Amino acid sequence: MSNSMEHVSQSRLISEASLKERIIDLVTKWEFILVVLFLAVVVYFSNASPYFLDYFNMMNTTFNFMEKAILALPMIFVIMCGDIDISVASIMALSSFSMGYASAHGASTGGIVIIGLLVGLLAGVVNGLMVTGLKIPAIAVTLGSSSLFRGISQAVLEDQAYTHYPESFGYFGQGYVGDSLVPFELLLFVILAAVMGFVLHKTTYGRKLFAVGNSLTAARFSGVPVDRIRFFNLALNGLFAGIAAVLLTSRIGSTRPNIATGYDMEAITLVVLGGVSITGGKGNIVGVIIAVFLLGYLKFGMGLLNLSAKVMIITTGFLLIGAVLIPELLNMLKSWRKLKKQQQD
Amino acid sequence: MNKKLEKILQNRELNLVLLTAVLLIAVTLRAPSFLALKNIERIVNDTAILIMVASGQLLVILTGGIDLSVGATIAFSGMAVSMLNQYNPSMPVVVLILLGVLIGTLLGAFNGACVAFGKVPPVITTLGTMSIFRGFTFVLSKGQWVTAHEMTEAYMNIPKGKMLLLPNLTIWAIVVFIIMFYFIRYTRSGREIYAVGGNKTAAHFVGVSEKKVNFMVFTIAGALCGLAGVMWTARYAAAVNETALGFELQTVAACVLGGVSLAGGAGTLTGVVMGALFLGIINNALPVVNLSPFFQMGIQGFVVLAAIVANVLMEQRNDKKLLAGRRR
Amino acid sequence: MKDIVLQLKDIAKYFPGIKALDKVDFTIRTGEVHALIGENGAGKSTLVKIMTGVYQPTRGSIFRNGKSVQFKTSHDAQEAGVVAIHQEASMFSELTVTENIFMGHHLKKASGMLDWKAMTRHTADLLNKLELDISPDTLIKNLGTAQRHMVEIAKALSVDAEVVIMDEPTSALSLKEVEELYKIVRQLKNEGKAIVFISHKFDEIFEICDYFTVFRDGQYIGEGEVAKSSIDEIVKMMVGRSLNQMYPKKEAKIGETILDVEGLSLPGYFSDVSFNLHKGEILGFFGLVGAGRSEVMRTIFGIDKKSAGKITLAGEVLETTNPGLAMKKGIAYVPEDRQEQGAILEMSLSHNITLPQINDLSDFGVLNSKREKNVTEEFGNKMEIKAANWKVNANTLSGGNQQKVVLAKWLATNPQILILDEPTKGIDVATKAAVHKFISEMAGEGLAVIMVSSELPEILGMSDRIVIMHEGKVTSLMNRDEADSDKVILAATGHGQGDRHE
Repeated sequence: MSNSMEHVSQSRLISEASLKERIIDLVTKWEFILVVLFLAVVVYFSNASPYFLDYFNMMNTTFNFMEKAILALPMIFVIMCGDIDISVASIMALSSFSMGYASAHGASTGGIVIIGLLVGLLAGVVNGLMVTGLKIPAIAVTLGSSSLFRGISQAVLEDQAYTHYPESFGYFGQGYVGDSLVPFELLLFVILAAVMGFVLHKTTYGRKLFAVGNSLTAARFSGVPVDRIRFFNLALNGLFAGIAAVLLTSRIGSTRPNIATGYDMEAITLVVLGGVSITGGKGNIVGVIIAVFLLGYLKFGMGLLNLSAKVMIITTGFLLIGAVLIPELLNMLKSWRKLKKQQQD
Repeated sequence: MNKKLEKILQNRELNLVLLTAVLLIAVTLRAPSFLALKNIERIVNDTAILIMVASGQLLVILTGGIDLSVGATIAFSGMAVSMLNQYNPSMPVVVLILLGVLIGTLLGAFNGACVAFGKVPPVITTLGTMSIFRGFTFVLSKGQWVTAHEMTEAYMNIPKGKMLLLPNLTIWAIVVFIIMFYFIRYTRSGREIYAVGGNKTAAHFVGVSEKKVNFMVFTIAGALCGLAGVMWTARYAAAVNETALGFELQTVAACVLGGVSLAGGAGTLTGVVMGALFLGIINNALPVVNLSPFFQMGIQGFVVLAAIVANVLMEQRNDKKLLAGRRR
Repeated sequence: MKDIVLQLKDIAKYFPGIKALDKVDFTIRTGEVHALIGENGAGKSTLVKIMTGVYQPTRGSIFRNGKSVQFKTSHDAQEAGVVAIHQEASMFSELTVTENIFMGHHLKKASGMLDWKAMTRHTADLLNKLELDISPDTLIKNLGTAQRHMVEIAKALSVDAEVVIMDEPTSALSLKEVEELYKIVRQLKNEGKAIVFISHKFDEIFEICDYFTVFRDGQYIGEGEVAKSSIDEIVKMMVGRSLNQMYPKKEAKIGETILDVEGLSLPGYFSDVSFNLHKGEILGFFGLVGAGRSEVMRTIFGIDKKSAGKITLAGEVLETTNPGLAMKKGIAYVPEDRQEQGAILEMSLSHNITLPQINDLSDFGVLNSKREKNVTEEFGNKMEIKAANWKVNANTLSGGNQQKVVLAKWLATNPQILILDEPTKGIDVATKAAVHKFISEMAGEGLAVIMVSSELPEILGMSDRIVIMHEGKVTSLMNRDEADSDKVILAATGHGQGDRHE
């Protein structure tokens, strides 16, 4: 090569930008893969079952995944900062238990909701304090607190259940918006997603989240109050678990100690599947929203085909691992290609 | 003299012994029969499975990881082996035990492969496989149980019989302990776990392969879960789909109580065994102090959190002393 | 002619996007101390990692006693008799000295069981040889920095190696320990071993090295016998030009006192540190690695919490408890580790530059991209950052440009005091000069600057006054005109006469 001497003496950075490379970049982009997967799910199941592409069904099935979707929203923040919270399902149990207790003691619908939200928030605050105040990894704290929170409701309820709630309480998890076919849960999710998306992408808080997620140390050295942000995330996670608990309790109309088991895994799956990096610092709200509907309709379709709930759980587990594994493999492939190209120069 | 006392107080294992003694005394004051030899033997036997699985969890935590799938692994291997026993009653128990270990090993290897070669963080991997393995247990059993009258006498006797005055299950735990102790202390692979957990860069510099170690610890943890699956189903004479649900918490709790650092690189097997025994005493003491078994979950959660907090506070205090002592 | 033990031919090492080494030749002979010379970032450490099997070369070949070999892991290299004392801390702090020394090559009994007795005995012997008074069973976390480095050296000696590579082994050692090290190096040389000695301290190179090879920007530049060369020749090879144009220190008007630190302490790191700083002044901080300089700065900036002492800023007693507060008071801290602490590599240049003052640039917490753009352009251009646009991630830039981003980010906060921790570590010569020029200009405009540096020429060339620390204490304070390299080094290694000026 004639220009190799010059190349070597110049900058050591190697640039790249052919059309082929750009196409590869787009196709390996996570949101692109998600949209393709979503379309594949829709096309496959509308062929497999006549009941899939039905407006009423498509609206109604959102009841089955909106609570988990709401849990996923603040979980984006938590995971983005490199933490994790595996106690949200237990917070839901504790919150639902408190609502049942309040209801049994004659609280009004408004009172029940406020208690549900406050208990959720309080549980989140406890997690947050232990993680940031005592500097204990979030996984350890939430593993312990998950069993404590659910344990409290189990110790009191034993194998009993609260089943009496005011009739108006049923609206949150069963009602529709006005005369439309849009469930209240779906509307609430859309509003919350819009708010959280705005916070994530358009506010200083969101900017700081990205900073902390990418480099906790560098963010701290830049004056970002790292611990306050991580604390706030976990508290928010508790509050949203409270919201989800209100919806779920209202929907099924009863509280048992094993309520919402496995919800934490699903919420984390949605976040990771939505392209939020588990090592922190990457992600956007759109990816997570696509993931919510992708997984929701995948399960709806599988249900129409009479696949058992266990098969769905297995699928979710594989999706969780695959969502991290596949981009990782793509990355390895990309750096390998890059290196190969450098060698040819 | 004062310094010596300080040193004793800093020793986590000794602290745990003291704490256990206090707990024992407290419970015994309430119910004097608690300290009877027979009861102690029962507590140890009840804790045997926890000791096996927690020693696998120890290896994973030493690398800085965590294995949330141990309960599901126990359930799957236990179910698979019980069903083999149900449909092939003539199959010798030795083969069944080996198959249980093999199944657990394979499941653990899957975890290990995802973490080591796929670079999927341990939390995500095992959170996923926790569902996957549990789901496959249901698929395998079609939701059915294997109950006592469907198991052979020989199978149920694996943990039950007695040798050298001790129940078989306790002896199994002791054998696992000895093998693991030897492995951790007297083999290169065992020491390399501490290297990877302590300082990844330094481990790389001295030629320790992080991939190999990660793969190895999850595989061993899986193998121990496989063995535990056989023991569990044989001991309780039932293989159900919910076997060992939430058991991961207990194994992590035993490690944390035993002074294992969740950041990796520090912790001992004896500490873990003591942590497991401590939990065993609490579980056995519940009925003695008139608490329903429904309290178990909450109390365990509380104990774990308390242990973590105590560890952290102690560590911070030690670090401060260490720094203050380093330079005058 | 001495025998060639290890030879590297046409070695290249690429990382995605970066050519760390290209067309490198390197030859090591028995009974010779071979200096590997180059600036930070010249590729020395990468080469060490290739010689010890930590990295595999992208291209090229390695010959051991004339036979082509491949070191797939550091274990392979060790088997072939090549060991290194790495520059980065590579210790297991929760494990004992014995274990640290033998990790990767534990001794076994005939039964295959690890032989702890033998390992402890060997360790005791090695520690004796190095005149280190510590027990083999001590945990590493209980040792000080210098002791840790000595254990690193013991580790390399524990293998019966023919090639011993020492990557800046003296950076944290006191004079006595350096003497001890020299003794060992000479002893190894007499035993017919080959030693590769990496350093950029010329007094060391001329003291114990026989032969040298120079690298610059990942490439082989030249080699020769130390005895037949002069410092000037080697420096020219190393930096590509001569030294004198590097420190454009301008005379600045020294103004009033702005910062007064009194009796500042942080147990385990430093104690009773006092100094003051004036407007327009560049105050240099010199000392060995681990002397506690960075920790003093971190404490002033509110990252570490002081246990005692008083910090007064412009007459106001400052209780900095977090960096955010320190920033509001007008302190800016450019940390030592650019990749970890300074820049956020996976974030855009614009987002990096605006991060410290993002609250002030927003409307009630909502981002204002116009204001962000203005600040980015003003300070990005001022620092002459070379980048395609402000949206590219910081990790696409060279080290020098990254450092400019970090500087821009802090200048944008309009500080009264600028603390620079190793501002030119690991950046190329041209950018280095630009950074120096810039620091000098800022001081000229009345900014008070603290510059922590381990590079003596930089300290001597740039500072108005120099604070010298040793093992957590201020041992000396010198004015520009009374400082020379001998005096400064003596004070930094604990031999200063303690003539303190105020």
